[in-house]
Amino acid sequence: MNEAVLDARINRRQFLVGSAAGGLSLAFHIPFSSDAQAQQAAAPEVNAWVVVRPDDTVVIRIARSEMGQGTLTGLAQMVAEELECDWSKVTTEYPTPGQNLARKRIWGNFSTGGSRGIRESHDYVRRGGAAARAMLVQAAAAAWNVPAGELKVQKGIIRHAASGRSTSFGQVAAAASKLPVPERVSLKDPKDWTLIGKRLARLDTVDKVNGRQIYGADLSLPGMLNAAIRDCPVFGGKLLSYDESAIRGRKGVRKVVRVGDSAVAVVADTWWQAKTALDALPIKWDLGQHAQASSGAFGKVLRDALNAPAAVDGNRQGDAQAAIAGAARRIEAVYGYPHQNHATMEPMNAIARFTADRCEVWTPTQNGEAALAATAEASGLPASKCEVYKMHLGGGFGRRGAVHDWVRQAVAIAREMPGTPVKLLWSREEDMLHGRFHPVTQCKMTAGLDAQGNITGLHMRIAGQSILAGIFPQNIRNGRDPVMFQGLNAGGGEAMIGYGFPNLLIDHAMRNPHVPPGFWRGVNLNQNAIYLECFIDEIAAATGQDPLALRRKLMAAYPKHRAVLDAVAERAGWGRPAPDVNGQKVFRGLAQTHGFGSYVAACAEVSVSNAGELRIHRIVAATDCGYAVNPQQIEAQIEGSFAYGLSAALFGQCTVKDGKIEQTNFDTYPVMQMRHMPKVESIVMPSGGFWGGVGEPTIAVAAPAVLNAIFAATGKRIRELPLGSQSLRRA
Amino acid sequence: MATLKVNGQIRQVDADPDTPLLWALREQLGLTGTKYGCGIAACGACTVHIDGVPVRSCVRPLSTIEPNQDITTIEGLSPDSSHPVQKAWVALDVPQCGYCQSGMIMAAVALLKEKPQPTDRDIDDAMTNICRCGTYNRVRAAIKVVAQGGNPRVAGLAIQHADGSST
Repeated sequence: MNEAVLDARINRRQFLVGSAAGGLSLAFHIPFSSDAQAQQAAAPEVNAWVVVRPDDTVVIRIARSEMGQGTLTGLAQMVAEELECDWSKVTTEYPTPGQNLARKRIWGNFSTGGSRGIRESHDYVRRGGAAARAMLVQAAAAAWNVPAGELKVQKGIIRHAASGRSTSFGQVAAAASKLPVPERVSLKDPKDWTLIGKRLARLDTVDKVNGRQIYGADLSLPGMLNAAIRDCPVFGGKLLSYDESAIRGRKGVRKVVRVGDSAVAVVADTWWQAKTALDALPIKWDLGQHAQASSGAFGKVLRDALNAPAAVDGNRQGDAQAAIAGAARRIEAVYGYPHQNHATMEPMNAIARFTADRCEVWTPTQNGEAALAATAEASGLPASKCEVYKMHLGGGFGRRGAVHDWVRQAVAIAREMPGTPVKLLWSREEDMLHGRFHPVTQCKMTAGLDAQGNITGLHMRIAGQSILAGIFPQNIRNGRDPVMFQGLNAGGGEAMIGYGFPNLLIDHAMRNPHVPPGFWRGVNLNQNAIYLECFIDEIAAATGQDPLALRRKLMAAYPKHRAVLDAVAERAGWGRPAPDVNGQKVFRGLAQTHGFGSYVAACAEVSVSNAGELRIHRIVAATDCGYAVNPQQIEAQIEGSFAYGLSAALFGQCTVKDGKIEQTNFDTYPVMQMRHMPKVESIVMPSGGFWGGVGEPTIAVAAPAVLNAIFAATGKRIRELPLGSQSLRRA
Repeated sequence: MATLKVNGQIRQVDADPDTPLLWALREQLGLTGTKYGCGIAACGACTVHIDGVPVRSCVRPLSTIEPNQDITTIEGLSPDSSHPVQKAWVALDVPQCGYCQSGMIMAAVALLKEKPQPTDRDIDDAMTNICRCGTYNRVRAAIKVVAQGGNPRVAGLAIQHADGSST
């Protein structure tokens, strides 16, 4: 594939979207196949990351997916910082996964998860911007026949002071594009940054307030049909048969398709026709070997595993079991955390168009490369004959990254109708029943104390589901899933425990139910932080210590963990009584952790009425993410992560009965609403020298801080989530 | 064939009478700003106005709508994103993924029309739309900006916009 074709294929052309029935058509841009016009109109790229059009518009290429977390703007800030362009002229585009493949992954990893968008690519995207600037300057220097070192760049204008000449990026971009990309460039000192660290507005807001933002579910292609699907409600079950005659002749219905060995889809002119026809289709299932499975039965499996002799070490210091056995006093508590659905607002969807020698997919995905691999596999074509066009995501939270089950389904349906684009959209019910669920675990915390109440040993036994076992079993070594121990590791920059204990054992007894697991915003940090931070509070209460003082005593060797904790304690006014709200006494709770490379802490303020009504009034949060690229967006992520984390703590639970998930929509799977949301005060305190994530870490401290505050308010320890199922009424 | 008055225009819609308004808007009229989230009126992503009243269009059959009733969707709120609520939303960078925001905005517009100075309790009661990204606090702040006359600086977010302005 030659460069010109590649260039043209990631350029955008006008594309018409509208209804098959005619009426209004909306013009908008989508990345699409090449055509001659687009090739002629295309400005050549300066390098892989930067295109400058003749009108000085700077197009910055973004490899990661924007799903609300702001990475599109943050990554553009980083390229623009080194490029020295005019920020008001910046726009962005996604290169396609197919092009990344053809160009030997010149844009690196497309995966957007683990809060890695910026922290994993900060170096090479800034180098991309710096290299493009060097090429633009070199082009101007060559045109003026002066040394490049004599030129200065500011906001996209290149100046030569000695001769008084100036030019713009747009005027030299064509010449710059013909120059070799420099292999070595130097990056700015952080103290010289002018865009990184600024509270810049997002680049993608306006279209989200007027309905113009096109999500995967909104896209329409000429001649496109729509599909609704039903997969066997019990995981592992199979489709036996369906009675097509029952829906034959229904208006709009074009085809009924068996999808794999477990699902059936109806294809119709509109999705509503497809969905209602599917509802009317009699289907027989073989529910398979898990038809009797239940959450209760699996809970007993987990409870047994809390005491199982065999487990895999996550963090072992000294001999915790001996220390506990010989301790003057023992404290023990068992916690549990349920399955949860991601419940993205936009259900899973993809458009697929298949022909004998090409398969194209349009889909919201957190990992375009993985979507391309799924497309290739499902189509039976080599990846070089496939393409994925990334659509804007109506939420991701981990659901749209690791597995692309909906893409495989869409391709399977499209294979039955070669040449016709088919859009598969899951109903909310399908989305709820066929999630990739937050893993279920229980945890037994045991502490040994000496006569003075000092901790002599701590044992944390985690029993339960491994995400890697379900998704990437090849990454499990010697039975050990390292992701289980997020926030609990002995060292490293990713997710390290922030306490020193004389003896410590954190181990995992893996037990996997038939419910498929997934990476769910915050992943295992969510429950690990609850287990540890609530139990630390339990030790404080049992030994008559202040929860902050006990934590600080254990944190001597962990100054960055302690700094964020101190910051929230000080801002919240820890140690002084909180003012009453509406005549209710307000109580505080603390939590801290380290995850996704960032140090985070929270202090929650709650009240509980005599009738047991919980109000979460305020949460003070602190984040040390090393470098803060866009503090106003970090604040938005902190608030958002609290909404997601507290939603889980208050309401989130998927239970299994007769092998299937019982919660089918937002009526049975309630989530947080405006009235539940506390005030959030964010302290963004970057200490420099490292790059931490911001989309997820704070999610993990919201729930334990609230649970600890509930204990302060009521004396009740909540150890099983969600909270909503338990009474807080005072005894 | 149903007749609807959408964003001031009379439109003919070729759909069964029991088709929910949401799907007629999205699939027959190409107005995809109104979103599908749940199909049971639980999430509010499909909120539009019928005669100024916020309605969850995913459960509103076409057969229940008169041809002279005014249906307003997010696309019809203003021709150029200049409605005060849209302006406040942009000034405060409210949306994250944005999928729920059409419904949020339509609910907020209806609230502010009924109660130009809503209390926090009014906002809690009216804004029952679900947002999974967690934009609730900025939604609340933006509603208050509009209620207080439209100066986004009262929110104290200090956001720097590309045109050089700051909110």
